[in-house]
Formats: sequence, structure tokens, C-alpha cells
Amino acid sequence: MPDSVGRGGGVRTSRALVGYDEAVSRYDPLIGLETHVELGTRTKLFCGCPATFGGEPNTHVCPVCLGLPGSLPVPSRAAIEYTIRIGLALNCSIAEWCRFARKNYFYPDMPKNFQISQYDEPLCTDGWLEVTLGDEAGPDGAPRTFRVGIERVHLEEDTGKSQHMGGATGRIHGADYSLVDYNRAGIALVEIVTKPVEGTGPLAPDVAHAYVKELRDLLRSLGVSDVRMEEGSLRCDVNTSLSPRGSGRWGTRTETKNVNSLRSVQRAVHSEIERQAAVHDAGERVIQETRHFHEDSGITTSGRSKEEAQDYRYFPEPDLVPLAPPRDWVEQIRASLPELPAARGARLQEAWGITAAEMTIIGNAGALDLIEQTIAAGASPADASKWWLNELARRANDTGAELADLPITPADVAAIAALVGSGALNDRLARQVIEGVLAGEGTPDEVVAARGLAVVSDDAALNAAVDEAIAANPDVAGKIRGGKVAAAATLVGAVMKATRGQADASRVRELILARLTDS
Amino acid sequence: MAELFRMSAAEIAAAVRDGEASAAEVTDAHLARIEQVDPQVRAFLHVAADQAREAARAVDRRRAAGEELGPLAGVPLALKDVFTTKDMPTTCGSAILGDWLPPYDATITRRLREAGVVILGKTNMDEFAMGSSTENSAFGPSHNPWDLGRVPGGSSGGSSAAVAAHEAPLGIGTDTGGSIRQPGAVCGVVGVKPTYGGNSRYGVVAFASSLDTPGPLARTVLDAALLHEVMSGHDPCDATSIDAPVPPVVAAARQADVGGMTIGVVPEFTGEGFQPGVLARFGEAVELLESLGAKVTEVSCPHFSYALPAYYLIAPSECSSNLARFDAMRYGIRVGDDGTHSAEEVMALTRAQGFGAEVKRRIMLGTYALSSGYYDAYYGKAQQVRTLIIRDFEAAFDRVDVLISPTTPTTAFPLGERVDDPMAMYLADLCTIPSDLAGNAALSVPCGLSPEDGLPVGLQIMAPVLADDRMYRVGAAVEAALDARRGYPLLNDAKGLA
Amino acid sequence: MPIARDDVAHLARLSRLALAEDELDHLAPQLDEIIAAVARVQEVAAEGIPPTSHAVPLVNVFREDTVVPCLDAETVLSQAPAVEQQRFRVPRILAED
Repeated sequence: MPDSVGRGGGVRTSRALVGYDEAVSRYDPLIGLETHVELGTRTKLFCGCPATFGGEPNTHVCPVCLGLPGSLPVPSRAAIEYTIRIGLALNCSIAEWCRFARKNYFYPDMPKNFQISQYDEPLCTDGWLEVTLGDEAGPDGAPRTFRVGIERVHLEEDTGKSQHMGGATGRIHGADYSLVDYNRAGIALVEIVTKPVEGTGPLAPDVAHAYVKELRDLLRSLGVSDVRMEEGSLRCDVNTSLSPRGSGRWGTRTETKNVNSLRSVQRAVHSEIERQAAVHDAGERVIQETRHFHEDSGITTSGRSKEEAQDYRYFPEPDLVPLAPPRDWVEQIRASLPELPAARGARLQEAWGITAAEMTIIGNAGALDLIEQTIAAGASPADASKWWLNELARRANDTGAELADLPITPADVAAIAALVGSGALNDRLARQVIEGVLAGEGTPDEVVAARGLAVVSDDAALNAAVDEAIAANPDVAGKIRGGKVAAAATLVGAVMKATRGQADASRVRELILARLTDS
Repeated sequence: MAELFRMSAAEIAAAVRDGEASAAEVTDAHLARIEQVDPQVRAFLHVAADQAREAARAVDRRRAAGEELGPLAGVPLALKDVFTTKDMPTTCGSAILGDWLPPYDATITRRLREAGVVILGKTNMDEFAMGSSTENSAFGPSHNPWDLGRVPGGSSGGSSAAVAAHEAPLGIGTDTGGSIRQPGAVCGVVGVKPTYGGNSRYGVVAFASSLDTPGPLARTVLDAALLHEVMSGHDPCDATSIDAPVPPVVAAARQADVGGMTIGVVPEFTGEGFQPGVLARFGEAVELLESLGAKVTEVSCPHFSYALPAYYLIAPSECSSNLARFDAMRYGIRVGDDGTHSAEEVMALTRAQGFGAEVKRRIMLGTYALSSGYYDAYYGKAQQVRTLIIRDFEAAFDRVDVLISPTTPTTAFPLGERVDDPMAMYLADLCTIPSDLAGNAALSVPCGLSPEDGLPVGLQIMAPVLADDRMYRVGAAVEAALDARRGYPLLNDAKGLA
Repeated sequence: MPIARDDVAHLARLSRLALAEDELDHLAPQLDEIIAAVARVQEVAAEGIPPTSHAVPLVNVFREDTVVPCLDAETVLSQAPAVEQQRFRVPRILAED
């Protein structure tokens, strides 16, 4: 099925479908990833236009990013510095001397019909990133890690955006014409290219997923990009090829474009392995081509064939002088790098006394920063984890928000934990406080005051409620008097209900037992 | 006082400063001169009379208010139509830009305005500065004021013809392979290619980015120097602009003394293929320099003979990329957008109709030279030759202060003679190209008339990077000696205008 | 290496120039002659000679990350051949990339 939906009504084939497990039992996958990240610099790469997302069409433009005749690019120091930060964090070497190059091809969303990029002299080369597969334990029970080699990190400019009009689908094919907005044109884009990742076996989709996730977290921690995949500030192309197990030769690779969520990275590799296995099984040849991943169906379809490799006629950009980052600048940038996610994860895991698996859960929930800050605000690691991973994760999930986007601060959570710890609140009341804070009713203290939430542990107030509960439940009272102490829970529940949850449950239990037993 | 339009820029500036003439009068005199002679010369593509008069009045107001005026305030100027101007169309001599009105001023345009220079209009040029005759202009050629049947040189031929025809005392051109010095030489005026990076390229529509150099044209060396200092200097909008003080060219032009200088003659540029009259005048210039106290020696630059082929790989390569933006999508004309053609087809139809033959030749040549299979043999090799030419210059400048040669192998050639013979046309830049490839400064100063045809001959003086002042010293000395010997300015002999 | 008419036609396509047949007939021999002439650079002994892309050896010219005013959309679009919804209207695009 996948190939039959290719463009131009491609020839339908009668390939047998191959399941994933079967595919990876007979073929070794080889993957490679090219990731484009829009830098979070204030201005575009070569001009002073704002690099902010969106905006009214064609309002973030000037002669330079519109490529008007006579205009000239001047690179932003910040963009160079960010790229070096990324390179250093990925354990790359930073070029002592390198140049921008022009990549020549005609396309209406590219104002100059060439892209200023880097070709054979990238700013950063030859590094690595260690990634951890959260769900897959290795033979020793520890999470499995892979070291993904980094081929290069370079800097280039983004293109404008075309909107295809007319036709049935709003897509490029069948459109009558297109409308172009150049606000995005010229925004600084860093391209991070991995070396081919071998030896993953069936874990190839997981490694791809873990790599992009780890890279995303790394970029976020470096403060170089907001890395919002949904806004296109991080975009992935995934290369996949297969080797018949034991053959020692690799099939042709395909490049799957526009894989724009973490889950899609995984699904795209998964789907492409299945498809290529079917092609090989049918005795056919995988075609070197660009493929497009479809979020809805989870499959890839054929894009442009690369049979006739495009010649971009690269040459050194004459309008820009070479880059020769002084070594002391590079070292200064290295010294200013924040603690990187992997190192930080290991440190915090030890400090908090939790397992690697728990750490992975925290990481996957995007709660690491929040929990760390909550602990810094005075909560215990157990309390901080408990509130963020349970109650708050549930509420974030309900509203489809990121944890970090909930309108509650780590300090709020620490304050709530403290109130529970002191006995002023119980868990149930604490949940009400959280609800109030999220509803914008103020700080935890303000919510407690406004809602009149407080554990009632004053014996005089509680004794009345206890007496009422005993009177209303003579059978239960009788059982307790008869020695069935466990039945006290029913009376505690009744008291709690009567006090709308504000009673100190343990004190209530003591008072009930004092009334009904000799102890 | 002489007729206003015959005065030099220095004289006009002094007259305006001293209140002997208003900037408005000066401007009117030049506009009248343009009206009178430009139908024959065709130097201008666009005359901005209203804006020029307003700029002149602003200078007069500033003077009346007691403000101090700059060295060229109130002096009219002819601007090559490759510099962007907010208030005038910019065509680059091409049909493809249509009636494009740039939304911004080139840095040099802005500096001229700030200095109170009066921009009279935009001058004709070979399309996108590719050519040596202005015959590649989509709007027809300009004519040489010495002989209207001959070319004014190119690509800055409109500016050189305007200056030679006394339509403006100053002109600005751009030099990529000789496009200021060659038209200067064949029109009998001074043409200067400053050090690459000394003048901002921001707002100069690019032909070959690593070579394009804006520079002055004038009737005297001092005027060229005055304009040089006004237009030059570091520009943060041009990453290739040099952040260093402008060489003291005005002082050098006033010094006009070659005593104690060592001058090298490049033997590669004095032999076969040169018009005898050109060589005769060049030989006399060498003797003159010796008589003025310079030590003249011969310095071989063996790789200069490969400069022309290297240039015709590097410049077209860069141009094929620079001119890709003219694609009918954002500005300029659009051809074939009738609903049946794709964007790709509209681009190709527009470019086929909007570009002239020379531009097409160079775009295709550059596309060829940059193709992956040919890159090393053509573009890569040309870049190595560029290194060798730089080394030739460095070795030469270890021994001498400046190098000299004829500016062009021949005097102005007849219109139409080379228009469909690209290789013959390319030879016009034989002597000027090495300085473009190496980025150093060079100046052409008239050194007499060729006896065969009575047309001007240029002496080229080449100086090291950022030593532009040296060539002004030499040029001014030659000019002063020849003017003194002749008794009147050379341009008085120009009899082409009816 | 001589350049045939077909090669020139190919170069024209790569250069996005829809040349007419008679134009190709005219330009092809000229390009052949020019390419033969510029091929003289190959005679130069240049082994080990570094290429020069920038004649004046500057490095590290940067701009500070400071926002400057943009052009307004009206000015930008006033020069466009066709405009719709404050965007540049272009004919249908055939291929991606």
C-alpha cells in the first residue's frame, strides 16, 4: 500500500507486507538524522529583523532578508556563538577557520535563489551525543545507552513560507498558485547531522526517538532555542537504509522529510523499515529519494526522486568574510556552558536517592526542572516528585498542557507540601489548594484562607462530630466496642464527610477509639 | 568666473562655500548642459531635476544658516544606475527590473546626500555592469564625447561620458574588471578603483561580489580624491568593508610629487595587441615620470597574463548566483503568468526576455564553471591563479611603490565593432583585471592623445591595498606636468559634440 | 573540452533561461569559444597553491544581536508583480525543493 499512494499514480506493486518484528529479524537498519533548529537569537542571521515566530505576513522583512538587489548579509555574533555552544555541548571540534557557502537552487520561498549555508567547512565537526532508551533495559537491567556520532553542526538561513492556494487539498500538488510570506526567511537555522548509526538492531526507532529527545533537551538547556517542534523550530529529516543480515552490504537510503514530533520520528523509522524490507523481499531496489511522513496514517510516501542528484553549485560566499573563532572565545563559551542534561540527571538521581527508572519517568514527564526547583524551595524529593508526577501531571494531561505551562510555581508546590507536612493540610485539602492556585485564586496561603481550608484538630470541635457519627451509626459503634477496631474507618469517614474533609483524620480516629474502647 | 559647468568640483565647492555661486545656480547650469548635450551623449538613463534642485536648495539654506559645508557640498554628480536610490528608479541597464523603485538608499548614495552632493540622475551602463562599451545596456549605448561614433567604454560609460561632456564634474562608477578605469581612459577623464573594501557595496547591485568596487570619475585627480574621501570609509552593513582610516588621498593629490618614488613598469602589458599610439603615449609618460624624479624600473608579473581567463571564470560564477534573484517573484517584470505556466516556467521566460545576451552568456558560463564536475578545473583553478596574481603584486610592491601600465590596449573603439564578439570585447579589460582580482587600488589618468585617431590614452597606476594615496600622488604629478606642457586641459580637445 | 549545443541547452535550463532555438544557435558557439579561452587557467602550475575567495583577508566581521526597524509590508509589496492577502502571489510551484 505505501508505494501505491506515491505521486503521479505510481505503479502499484504486489509486495507482501512485512511486519516490523519480521523485518528486523532479517535486516539490520542503519539510520541517520539531520535536525534543523531555529536559533532563539533576537534577530535573524544576517539582518536586524526580529526572529520571532509568526507576525503579520511580510512585516518582519528588510532589504537583506528579502534579498533585494544591492543588499548584503552581515552575520550575527550571537548566532555564531550559539552554534559554537551547540557544537561544544555535542563534543565537537570547533573549526579554526571556515567559510559560509552559497547553495544555489531556484525556489520561490528563497529570496535570493541561493541559501547562505556551510558546505565543506562546517563550524563544528566530529562529536557525539549519548542517548538513553527509557523503556528498554539492557542485559544488566540498567537502561540501554547509545552513543550517536555527530558528523557536523553548521549554520544557515531559513526560507520563507509558501501557502498553496486553490486545488482540492491546499497542498502543493494541484494548487493553482501560491502565496509567499518572507517573515521566516533569514532566521538562523542550525543543522545537526549525525553519523550513520549502526548496531541498533530492532531498537532503531527508539534510538532515533531518544536522540531527538535528548537533543531537544540539550538545546533547551543551552538556551539557544525554544525548540518547539509544533511551531517548526525543530525539524527532523531521517535517513534509513537496510542491510540483509550478514550480507555486509547496505541498501540504498531514503530521506524522510518533515518529521515534526518525537513520536513521528519513531513511527517514521518504524514504517520505513517495514516498507524497505518489503521492497527488498520483493527483489526490488530501494530508490534513493525524498519521502514524506504523514502524521495521520503513520506511513511515508514518495517525494522527489534523487536519481539525478541535484547540483547545488556550492561556492564560498563572497559577501561574507571567513569565520576564525579565536580560541579564547571558544574556551570562554565552553566555560559558560550550563551543566548538560545527562550529567545533571546523574547528579540529581544520586542526590535524590532515586533509581534510574524513576529518573527516566521524571525526564519523560518534563518534570526535572520543576522538581529540582520545588526541592530547592524546601520540599523533600519524595514530596516534590509525588505532587508533580501525580496530581499535577494528571491535571496537565486533562488540559493537554505541558507541566511547565501550568499556572503554578515550584514554590507554590513546596509551600503546599510544607502545609501537609506540618499537618495544617491533608492530601485531600492539598488537592483543593492546587485546584485553587490553578484557577488563579492566588498563592497557596491565599487559597487556604479564602476557601477556609484547614485541618480541624481541635478536640472540642471534633468531639461533637464524633458523637454525632457514633449516634448515627450504632451498629458500627457496637462492632468497635466488640473489639473490631478496623471498623473505626467507617466512622472516621463519616466524620471527615461531616467536616468536609477538614478534620485531622488521625486525631479523629484516636477520639473515636477513646470513646468506644478502654485503651 | 568660467561657465559653471566647465568648473572642477573643487572650484564649484569653493564658489558655493564663498558665496560666489549658489548650489541652485550650479545645478541649473548642469541641468541645462544635460538638456543641451545629452541627446547626443545619452549618458543619463534618468535625470532627477526636481530632486537635484531640492538638494541644491538645501545646501544653499545650510550655507545661509551659517552651517559649515563639506568639501563637495553643492557639487553635482552623475550616479551609475547600479546604486540604489529611494527617490529614483534603479535599472542596472537591464529590462528585467522594470520600474523597480528600491525601498532603500545605498550607503554611498546616503553619504553623498549627507555631504550635500547634488545627484543629477542615474547614468547608463552595460547591463548589470557586464561589458566595456555600454552597448549591453537595455536602453541603448552612450556615446563618447570625443567621437560620437565610438563607445565611451564600460561598464560605467554613462558616468565617464557625463563627466567628459561636462554634464557633471563628478561621476561614480563601479569597477569589477576595469569598469571605472577603462571608460575613464577612453573618455579622457580620471577613473579610480579604490582598494576593495574601502568603499561600501551596500546598495550596489552585485555583479561579482568579491570584485565589485565603487569609485570616482572626475576631470581632475584632485576632484577624484575629494570624491574618494566623501564616499569611502567603513560601513557596518558591508561585511567586506575594511574598518580602517581612508588613505589620505586628497593630501596626496595636492602633493602631486613623485620625487624619490620607485615606479615599476609591467612588461607583460606593453607588447603585442597594444595600439602603437597607446604604447607611444605610455612610453612618454614613463620618460615624464623619470624627468619628475621617479626611479622607473621593469617588474615582471608573470601571472598577469592569466588574469583575463581567471577573471572570466570568477566573475561569471559569482554573477550566475548573484543574478539568480531576478526571478519575477518579488519585483521587476514578470513574463508568462497567464495561468498556464508554473513558477519555474515564468522564471525562465522572464529571465530569457529580461536579460540581454551578454548577461545570459555569463550566467551560463558561471553555471558551467561551478558545476560539480568542472568546479576544480575551472572555478577552483581560477581561484588559485588569483592567489598567484596577489603574490605577483606582493613581490612587485616589495621592490616598487607603484606599478604602471597603459589602462587599455586601445583607444575607444567604434560602436558596434565588438558587440557580438565577446572575446574581443573582453580584451579591453586586459590591463585592469589584475587589480580587481588582487583587490588593490588602481587609477587611470589621461596621458595624451593617440596619434592615429586623436583619442585619449590612459595611464594606469596600481598601488598596494590601502595605499591608494600613492597612486594619487603619481596621477596628480603626471596630470600637472602634462597640463602645464599643453597649456590647457586635455578635454578642451574633445570635439565630438556638435 | 568543446561545448555542444545540447550542453548549452542544459546550462540554459539550469540557469532558468528559456532560450529560443535561434538564440541557442547563436550563443552555443560563442560559449564554446569563451570556455576554450578561459580553460587557459589550467596551464598554470598551481599545485599546492591555496585558492583565494576573498582578496582582502578579513575575518570575523559580525553584527550585534539588536533588532532594527523593518520595512513596512506596503512598501515591500508595492514592487511585487502580484499580491494577495499581504503575500507575494506566485504561479503554481511544480516541485518541492
